[in-house]
Amino acid sequence: MVELQHQLASGLALGGVYAITALALVMIFQATQLLNFAQGEMAMFSTYIAWTLINNGWSFWSAFAATLALSFAGGVAIQRLIVRPFAHAPVLASVIIFIGLSFIFNALAGFFFGYSVQTFDSPFDGPPWFGNKFMSASESGSVVVSVAVLALVFAFFRFTPLGLAMRAAAQNPTSARLVGVRVGWMLALGWGLAAAIGAVAGMMAAPIVYLDPNMMGGILLYAFAGAVLGGIDNPWGAVLGGFLVGVVENLLGAYVVGEEVKLSVALVVIIAVLVAKPSGLFGRRIVARV
Amino acid sequence: MSAILRATGLKAFYGPVEALHGVDFEVEDGCVTALLGANGAGKTTTLRAVSAMIRREGVLEYAGRPLNGRGPEDVARLGVAHVPDGRGTFTDLTVDENLRLGAYVRRDRRKLKTDFERVFGYFPRLAERIKQQAGTLSGGEQQMLAIARALLSAPRLLLLDEPSFGLAPLVVSEIFRILRAINQNDGVSILLVEQNASLALDLATRAYLLETGRVVVGGEASTILANDSVRRAYLGY
Repeated sequence: MVELQHQLASGLALGGVYAITALALVMIFQATQLLNFAQGEMAMFSTYIAWTLINNGWSFWSAFAATLALSFAGGVAIQRLIVRPFAHAPVLASVIIFIGLSFIFNALAGFFFGYSVQTFDSPFDGPPWFGNKFMSASESGSVVVSVAVLALVFAFFRFTPLGLAMRAAAQNPTSARLVGVRVGWMLALGWGLAAAIGAVAGMMAAPIVYLDPNMMGGILLYAFAGAVLGGIDNPWGAVLGGFLVGVVENLLGAYVVGEEVKLSVALVVIIAVLVAKPSGLFGRRIVARV
Repeated sequence: MSAILRATGLKAFYGPVEALHGVDFEVEDGCVTALLGANGAGKTTTLRAVSAMIRREGVLEYAGRPLNGRGPEDVARLGVAHVPDGRGTFTDLTVDENLRLGAYVRRDRRKLKTDFERVFGYFPRLAERIKQQAGTLSGGEQQMLAIARALLSAPRLLLLDEPSFGLAPLVVSEIFRILRAINQNDGVSILLVEQNASLALDLATRAYLLETGRVVVGGEASTILANDSVRRAYLGY
């Protein structure tokens, strides 16, 4: 029983990483109907920035804050300089841009930081929290940070005028312009936020999967699976899907099929769900009257 | 009386296609001006040209300032509220969120509460449905929501694109009663596009008749009403 709880806990810790990565994907998808395939490599690059700062004597949390700020600025810059000129290009052109970006970040990380695997210490060490037996301090911390990020992002979109304007710009850009929302900047802001959220995912994942230029490959795939599983048009669904994928993946790996094929089995489960419910488990059917 | 909006030689384009061929008109400050005409005459295009939704040429002057070179966001921020055809509802958002978006450009947030109350006074139905998803409202309610949202930006000029479109006659007369109140009580100038010419001429003090992207007649609403060819073509008597 303790073993099962332990597996559930590890699943939740990684699931939190998938959930926030899925949220970053969904944010950009809702605004542009495009999946940012570079999301994972951007997060990886951000994590290297944090790693560099920590190696230069910064404390974890000051490096964390600085990395969020730099990633946000980087996300905004990528949207303004690279993505925006292709706003009216065919979908395939954008897909190629995103794939190209992911290769560029991968190569840049290899060039600047090398391809060897690095350790990245979790900020949460010491004895398990609340004296529990099945969850290490770093897992607890990772879950808490993931949930805190999710809560902050949802509160931002739900309760602030800027968050509301970003939702409006994503849903109906023409109407948003007519009420005075600067839609172009809202998109850039969305990219900034997604990059910052991705950076959190990277910094929470690195202690578990270690730091190297390919660390986010599997994570992005799981996050994408979680987003599709939960419903790509529904942030709540994507987040739940991310957690679900983390737990299912871990349990399958531990009890059913072993580590080697758990990725394939997890994806088979997801395909099965999508065959039965194409809009995802929590995908919304939007009601509209004309 | 001075003009709050003046267009001189206004041309507008959809892509490379010129849809307005040099239109002149004026909206007097504090008054209702109507644009009449058949389908495809350029009424909606004129409104879109004013709020910079499409490419335009010629001179557009709003409150003495040129609108040329400004985007839709800037035009909205200057106090021009556009209620577009199709109503522009944010269907996934709640009624409350739609209304708050109307107030997005406001700087004087202190007066917002009284403005919400004033708008709910005009449209009590919206107050009842405040938490409802806007896409589930009826057509009439969505039209009310669109007008209410525009009012919350505290506009000086309201651009209305066929507020009667697809609505039951009772709802239409209610909406036009409210539009008259908005114009008279709040001093909001209105540029009204309508297919229903008798309805529009009843509310408006001035009117222009458009045909295939050109103004063919313009003047006092009473003069337009008396114009035989207008009567025969658009009023049917």
